[in-house]
Amino acid sequence: MNKQLMRGSHVIAEAATRAGCRFYAGYPITPQNELPEYMSARFADLPDATFIQAESELAAINMVMGASMTGVRAMTSSSSPGISLKQEGISYMAGMELPAVVANIMRGGPGLGNIAPTQQDYFQATRGGGHGGYRTIVLAPCSGQELVTLTMKAFDLADTYRMPVILLGDGLMGQMMEPVSFPDPIDPADLPKKEWVLSGARGRDSRLIASLQLDPVKMEERNWKLVRKYDTISQHETDFESYLLDDAQLVIVAFGTAARIAKGAVNRVRGEGLPAGLFRPITLWPFPANPLRSLAASIKQILVFEMNTGQMIEDVKMSVGDISPVHFHGRPGGVIPTPVEVAEVITGLMR
Amino acid sequence: MAQQVFKRPESLKDNVFHYCPGCGHSIIHRLLAEVIDELGIREKTVGVPPAGCAVLAYNYLDVDMGEAPHGRAIAVATGIKRCRPDLVVFTYQGDGDLAAIGTAETVHAANRGECLTVIFVNNGVYGMTGGQMAPTTLPGQKTTTTPGGRMALRDGHPLDLSRMLALAAGSVYIERTAVTSPKHIIKTKKAIRKAFKVQMDGQGFALVEILSACPTNWKETPIEACKRVEQVVATQYPLGILKDATHEPTADNP
Ligand code: SF4
Repeated sequence: MNKQLMRGSHVIAEAATRAGCRFYAGYPITPQNELPEYMSARFADLPDATFIQAESELAAINMVMGASMTGVRAMTSSSSPGISLKQEGISYMAGMELPAVVANIMRGGPGLGNIAPTQQDYFQATRGGGHGGYRTIVLAPCSGQELVTLTMKAFDLADTYRMPVILLGDGLMGQMMEPVSFPDPIDPADLPKKEWVLSGARGRDSRLIASLQLDPVKMEERNWKLVRKYDTISQHETDFESYLLDDAQLVIVAFGTAARIAKGAVNRVRGEGLPAGLFRPITLWPFPANPLRSLAASIKQILVFEMNTGQMIEDVKMSVGDISPVHFHGRPGGVIPTPVEVAEVITGLMR
Repeated sequence: MAQQVFKRPESLKDNVFHYCPGCGHSIIHRLLAEVIDELGIREKTVGVPPAGCAVLAYNYLDVDMGEAPHGRAIAVATGIKRCRPDLVVFTYQGDGDLAAIGTAETVHAANRGECLTVIFVNNGVYGMTGGQMAPTTLPGQKTTTTPGGRMALRDGHPLDLSRMLALAAGSVYIERTAVTSPKHIIKTKKAIRKAFKVQMDGQGFALVEILSACPTNWKETPIEACKRVEQVVATQYPLGILKDATHEPTADNP
């Protein structure tokens, strides 16, 4: 397969198109503008595809909601402040069990913050983000090639479980150019037929897609039904990467861009003879708690490294309990730590 | 043998309306159902109801329906229609939904000329939440959040969004009607029918604003409320066609 050098935002857009995505609505926000720009050009050549530059993030996510109701694979993308605005629609789609893919190319916050890469939206992404106690699957790619596989997987997961899936990247990943290769495009006509879509009540009873349920008893059952779905996902869909864990005494837990930096740091300290390894969650929700807990029993300590002030560390601590001490190193605000800096932290803990 | 001269439209489910006595929603639902039946589009129509008293419109209208967050009906409808241009897509929205929290979605959909039919029910209050001030509330009108009456300089002026929409290049047909008398009801039905035809002919954005009574929150009898619509509300929001840029479809301009 031919490799091509591509920027992360473009990779997501191309992978989405090849996954059969035929509806995109978005609103400009840095650092992910290249994604809608690419989409607008790519979709112009596809007669069955729609690109809309919406008047707001709210309109964009709600257009995606409507598109999803027809069964079309639909996505939107944004960056942190824009994702906050989309949470209303994401909550509704969770309630209506509508599939969609939402890419968040994270930047510094809170508020307008800045446009530098961070991981400050981990809580927002993994805790549902909007109102009403729901979950979204959260995928955290760490390379150009993984942007391809996880973007395409995001659409499959969204359809399988009928829910929004968040692709959680950051400004660095969106801008960075790497060689990638793509699988052959999927023809939307070949995708499994969805039996629940709004298509006009021809030869069947009229359908309703709604989140409203005024009867508390029925609403409770609907909430439990979602929980059962979330439990299934937790059992079957956790994903992570292990790197040099066999003999590791210290394991660094990091995701996305931070994991790449961490890998560099692990290589460095290995060069000095220190047995460190990397555990990289690929699904942030569901969090790979069980494998991490098993691992914790055979190592001396864990270092959580994030480009924020400590968010995933809560999931790590919940996973390992008292089995292993958990340390933290983080840099918020868009400061990109170097492998040298992280290696120093590891060395400090191991010596 | 007795001849049946009046029956329930096929597009209207056999459910008792939950709306208050004298409320315009029941009438408008029936008109919608009649028009959908007469145009023969029940099997390819998708509706998007609002948040508000008509949130349960799908309990009555027997067509496919998809919920929208408050104010976002037109955005949701846009997504549906763009993916399935062969469907006939309408929204059903109140004044708070369409002209306050959904202003941006409304204006931009009209400006893009989205091929949608919008049923805009203007009763000057937030009905379901208990009668708070709406963007359309008249000056001096008492609501639960303007207990002394709406003061324009403090609370804002009544907003005539339909007139603004008529200025949008993408809007094709905008008419304001009422459902307060048989005469007005017939006119409203005609307008709804036209707003669907405009969409079916692929001409663009069509909206019917319907002045409707909310006797419950106006604290009036249905008869008083209907009178108020015709004598007071319609002076602020004059009935009639606000824009008609429709054309007879031709081969090169369908
Ligand atoms: S509160 Fe007003 S708008 Fe709502 S159902 Fe009653 S009369 Fe109709």
